[in-house]
Amino acid sequence: MMRDRVRLALVLPDLLGTYGDRGNVIVLAQRLKWRNIDSETVTVLSSWDAVPESCDLYLVGGGEDVAQVAAVRFLRRGRGLRSAVDRGVPVLGVCGGLQVLGTSFVTGDGARHEGLGLVDADTEPGDGRAIGEVTTQSTLMGIGMLTGFENHLGRTRVGADSRPLGRVVRGIGNGHDSAEGVVRGHVVCTYMHGPVLARNPRLADLLLEWAIGEPLEPLPDPPELRALRAQRSKPPARNRK
Amino acid sequence: MAETTRDTGPETGQRSQQRWQVVPAPVQPPPRGAHRLDLRTTIAIDLGRLAATMSRRLGLGSGAMIGGRLALALQPQALRRLALGRRVVMVTGTNGKTTTTRMVAEALRSRAPAVSNATGANMLDGHVAALMTRPGAPFAALEVDELHLAQVTEQFEPAVILLLNLSRDQLDRVGEIRTVAESLRRALARAPGAHVIANRDDPNIVFAAADHPGVTWISGGARWKGDALNCPRCGAFLGDADGDWRCECGLSRPEADWTVTADAAVAADGTRYELDLALPGQVNRVNATFALAAAERLGCDHGAAVQRIQQISQAAGRYGTVRLAGRAVRLLLAKNPASWLEMLDLVSAEQHPLVLVVNSREADGYDVSWLWDVDFELLGGRPVRLAGDRALDLAVRLHYAGVPATVSATVDDALAGTEDGVPDIIANYTAFRDLVARSRS
Ligand SMILES: [Zn+2]
Repeated sequence: MMRDRVRLALVLPDLLGTYGDRGNVIVLAQRLKWRNIDSETVTVLSSWDAVPESCDLYLVGGGEDVAQVAAVRFLRRGRGLRSAVDRGVPVLGVCGGLQVLGTSFVTGDGARHEGLGLVDADTEPGDGRAIGEVTTQSTLMGIGMLTGFENHLGRTRVGADSRPLGRVVRGIGNGHDSAEGVVRGHVVCTYMHGPVLARNPRLADLLLEWAIGEPLEPLPDPPELRALRAQRSKPPARNRK
Repeated sequence: MAETTRDTGPETGQRSQQRWQVVPAPVQPPPRGAHRLDLRTTIAIDLGRLAATMSRRLGLGSGAMIGGRLALALQPQALRRLALGRRVVMVTGTNGKTTTTRMVAEALRSRAPAVSNATGANMLDGHVAALMTRPGAPFAALEVDELHLAQVTEQFEPAVILLLNLSRDQLDRVGEIRTVAESLRRALARAPGAHVIANRDDPNIVFAAADHPGVTWISGGARWKGDALNCPRCGAFLGDADGDWRCECGLSRPEADWTVTADAAVAADGTRYELDLALPGQVNRVNATFALAAAERLGCDHGAAVQRIQQISQAAGRYGTVRLAGRAVRLLLAKNPASWLEMLDLVSAEQHPLVLVVNSREADGYDVSWLWDVDFELLGGRPVRLAGDRALDLAVRLHYAGVPATVSATVDDALAGTEDGVPDIIANYTAFRDLVARSRS
């Protein structure tokens, strides 16, 4: 099988990379490598002119308020991300990334900022930080249970034009309608750290299949991963605040 | 919490009010002990001491913390009063505080008695507890939590302030790095007469100290750069912070006064001080250079200071070789990506059996996503044993890093599975604390 190397874009880790977001790229690259598929990680820094549109998958992580606002300003330069999304290229937004890719978000100072609008989601600060394990049943076909760690102040309403990524079984998630995350087309957003793709390899592979446009052979899960997923999705224990 | 200050210097037991007779040093007039204390402070200290003694007798730990807390409640000015007339060195930064504080205290003791909050009670009550152990000691070396230096400089002006480094640490609990750097900057603005010794290879530290009138800059390199990609002052991209950088806002990498090499600390005038430390790694040569620069500032003789620093073989259990489960092991603390990198670097230089222990209790932070910020790939194909509450998270991380790992139910089980030799155990905060406590019981 001949295929160009898969280009994985890590978007603005200098602004949005506070919570191990690089881990999602490590997972994707390694899952390709285990299948003998070459990949290249394109690290898009805020010193660049704009986001290139030629990548096969984009990852947008989380950061502080100021960083999120700066990230939106950067991502508006050029049409890189939007035209990739229009072609069906997958994008994963995590935590602050969810808010940046959404319709709008309100920062700690009360100011409302327009997001990129790649998903239909509005975020406002909640009463307190949602911190702890979160488990959901995914709305995406074949993904099943999702597990992650959430740490966010924002509460997000998913609009009519998008749908939640999962239904909350444990934890807080978006804070409205038992929803967690938001999906439109191949744009997937979540509050889950962990990182999310390390804890949820089915989701990692789904994004990769969207990126290369064909099904992938399944990989066996190591026993530690199965044990981890079982352990972290257990009912709240002493590890909760 | 860990126990607090216990001064083990040869002069232990001297009472307050004593003026120390010290051999005059050539550089500065000899330091003297604290000023005579006012009645309220004296009473607060006496009651604090009483509470500490009671607590100790009742088996509630060393009692020093509760003593400091009580004294501070009775006399809110206690810290200011106790610091008056002494030369105090404050040590802060994300990593290396406890070890460096130990080094500073030892170095100062080459000239005169020094008290210290030796086991990491690093907020104001811990400082009061340390200072009141011996109000007559002319020197103090105090570790301070990064966000609490501002409260300290509100109370008094330290003689020397050490700014080691800043990196992400338990982000679901404490402020993010910009907030911490800004807080340090404000703390220094309140202490214009203090001498600052700061890390010129950490842009966040450069930002905090750049406007201060008296700074000595130390250069020892930095393994972790994940928190210094952008200018801390204006947010512009800095690029490779390894080289000389100059931001468009004017902030730039300062010239080094001291440079740390693979075996020495080199002063600005080119003088080399060989550092043959009992503590391992570049990270500790950097810590030692900070301590040496502080000791020099306070009139200590270099040779004597270096000699004392070199003999330190552990600091509050860090780097100590202890017995656990019937065998000798070396305990290493790593609590955030920067310190994990330092410790992985350190264990990679040798090939001892390796056990990694990760918890995520309140003091560790509940989120372990940071495991993915650490280059465990550095371990190559070296087999490791894992334990702790979050051993499974670490196992998945190592699976993706290509490191063969075995999860054990307990540290003892993990040790039983390693081959002969003295295993290195790298543990994060609560895991490390529990291991130190067990090794001492
Ligand atoms: Zn700048």
